[in-house]
Amino acid sequence: MSTVINIQPVTRIEGHAKVAITLDDAGNVADTKFHVQTLRGFEKFCEGRPVEEMPRTVCHICGICPWAHHLASSKAADGCFGVTPPPTAVKLRRLMQSIAYVSDKILHFYFLAAPDFVIGPDADYSVRNVVGIAKAAPDIAKQVVHMRHLGAQMLEGFAGRAIHPTFSVPGGVSKPLTEGERQKLLPPAEELLEFAKFTTKFAKENVFPKYMDAIKSIGLIDVGYLGTVRDDGALDFYDGKLRMMKHDGSYDDFAYDEYLDYIGEWVEPWSYQKFPFAKKWGQLNMSLENPTGVYRTNCLARINVADKMATPLAQAELEEFRAAFGRPAHYTLLYHYARLIELLQTAETMVELLNDPEITGTDIRVPVAAKAGRGVGCVEAPRGTLIHDYECDGDGLITKLNMIVGTTHNNAAINLSVNQAAKEVIKAGKYDQGVLNRIEMAVRSYDP
Amino acid sequence: MAVNVVEDWLNACSGCEISILNIGDPLLDLLSEINFVHITALIDHKFFGQTGDGTVMEIPEAVVGIVSGGVRNEEQKHELEEIRKKTKFLISLGSCACYGGVPAQANMWKNEEVFEKVFRQCSSSIPAPDPDDPNVPKWTPTCAAVDEFVNVDIRIPGCPPHPDWIADAITGLLQGKTSWSLPERSVCDTCPVIRLQKSGGGPVKRWLENVEFNPEEGLEKMRCINEQGFLCMGPVTLAGCAGKTGVPRCIQARTPCRGCFGPIRKGVQPMVDMMGALSSVGLDPKSILDRRALMNRYTGGHGNLKVLPARPVK
Repeated sequence: MSTVINIQPVTRIEGHAKVAITLDDAGNVADTKFHVQTLRGFEKFCEGRPVEEMPRTVCHICGICPWAHHLASSKAADGCFGVTPPPTAVKLRRLMQSIAYVSDKILHFYFLAAPDFVIGPDADYSVRNVVGIAKAAPDIAKQVVHMRHLGAQMLEGFAGRAIHPTFSVPGGVSKPLTEGERQKLLPPAEELLEFAKFTTKFAKENVFPKYMDAIKSIGLIDVGYLGTVRDDGALDFYDGKLRMMKHDGSYDDFAYDEYLDYIGEWVEPWSYQKFPFAKKWGQLNMSLENPTGVYRTNCLARINVADKMATPLAQAELEEFRAAFGRPAHYTLLYHYARLIELLQTAETMVELLNDPEITGTDIRVPVAAKAGRGVGCVEAPRGTLIHDYECDGDGLITKLNMIVGTTHNNAAINLSVNQAAKEVIKAGKYDQGVLNRIEMAVRSYDP
Repeated sequence: MAVNVVEDWLNACSGCEISILNIGDPLLDLLSEINFVHITALIDHKFFGQTGDGTVMEIPEAVVGIVSGGVRNEEQKHELEEIRKKTKFLISLGSCACYGGVPAQANMWKNEEVFEKVFRQCSSSIPAPDPDDPNVPKWTPTCAAVDEFVNVDIRIPGCPPHPDWIADAITGLLQGKTSWSLPERSVCDTCPVIRLQKSGGGPVKRWLENVEFNPEEGLEKMRCINEQGFLCMGPVTLAGCAGKTGVPRCIQARTPCRGCFGPIRKGVQPMVDMMGALSSVGLDPKSILDRRALMNRYTGGHGNLKVLPARPVK
């Protein structure tokens, strides 16, 4: 008789999921599925809402990356009303995005991922967590709490809110940055940049080298990548063109509003989360032996599709990374490494923008009038590309809405990775909580 | 001795949990006084045993239960009921748990209409039947607040609740206080802007232009956003979004309040009161498009937002 192992809930992630592993009579893995168990229905209940209210409604999709949804939505709303925000407004949007992402990446690395690496993947669950980290490395834990608090205070001090913001609006932003406010933001920004440098160094010296075997075996799959690049090929979180790269490194670039030509969404009866796939690569096939149509997003995908990073320290790290792992790099656990390269870029961008003379400009919103239209707004969220596609009527009320968001792009890849990891670590019916945690580590790499 | 706590998110976005982590420097001290026996966000405790072979959901016994998110499916309902059974005090954390939250806007449609859109009408979707595997829990008839199913001892509203209140309520419980609530004040009661009890009159302005203010001056020099002619939910929204000391957060961003802390007290009718507040400064509240959803943005549970009968075809 077959046995089913239910890992539920999948923990230290940002959603509701379970992993179900089916073992055959010999105790080997017959099948593994990653089930997403919740659905909220934003695509429906946003119908009829005024476009200008969308940025401060759809941010509620995710409490960890509300700024990403807030900005993608603002860009879609800009598109619906046919307006282009002034340069200062775009810089302020980018600044807020950078601050939010620095906090997010620190959170994931230290609170969610580090327990597996610092406490150890096989440690008992009661110590393999942030409380365990606080006991094992109290000074670092204190610093992490302080740094996260700094980020939240920067966002709140200027834009009122760190979580579920209201700052970005169709046509621009709600308020300018005064010189006094700029001077208040600069010292914490510089402190966060120093901490980003420390974190990257700490991880490269003390964390990653110990886990090279795991990095080369857990969750390894052969799939493609999606991310955003500027015209010069540099990685950009806020704006650019989408680049979809095949496993072999060849790629297509396309504009946001062409996304329907490249991405379709498959539905399986066993998950509320849909399965986006690369339409041009054929039908979606999630078999481990011969996957087709599967691509990944989030940091590893972004640093794979980008020709280069946009800032000097991040670029130096990328060069070192590529010398070790090539381009594209495929090991799933390398997401953790890629996340830190991005941490550097976002921290450097934050300081750079605060030193930009245009950041304190007062031209922050263009006139906006309700009219019928369509807007496709994309940004790179920490967890992957966000696509917000809105259509509205002459009153500026939403008539049609489609969204493909961060982790959804990774759904097929996560399924492949848990399947691969389960087959790798469970043999002849032998497993314990440490073994099952290694399967979850494959999920956690994607920071879903 | 540390107090055992169970925490979990139901139909939630994890913003409430991030707000817990944003408590700041007192966080590590608080973490040493409480012992999380389950918290999906941070600790690997599993419902079906650590090796996944259990058949019934096991929630550990605890003094305090904290749930964020409303109830959207049968499994969340079951989990909530189990948490209630296993804990002495239950806290509903955040406006989804307290009122249904933003996702309760889905209550304006029949469930099948939402599924039809998501799985068959979205422009990138290959149309397919609704997921129906036993691993995807069935939707409950509505998106509900937690107290529509179980008794709640302490409510901490907000989207998200301010870390000050989370720390305050939990610290209170640890010291033996068994009740906690925010003072019954409106956002306007804590808002420093200038109010003259009148506006320019006429229709309520869409939020397509920024409010007027001098960025070099504080909020005490800015005119009230309602009196500038916009919809600001301040008059009918419970104060507290900025914690113990700050000014209302959305106003600080020079944007109107969207009502995320919910009504000031139980039993009031925020929509009626808000329309009254706009009328009292000379604005025409009926000019607001989509006012039902805008004024119940966070409060669609408890039957506040429901499917309206289809209008007869003209």
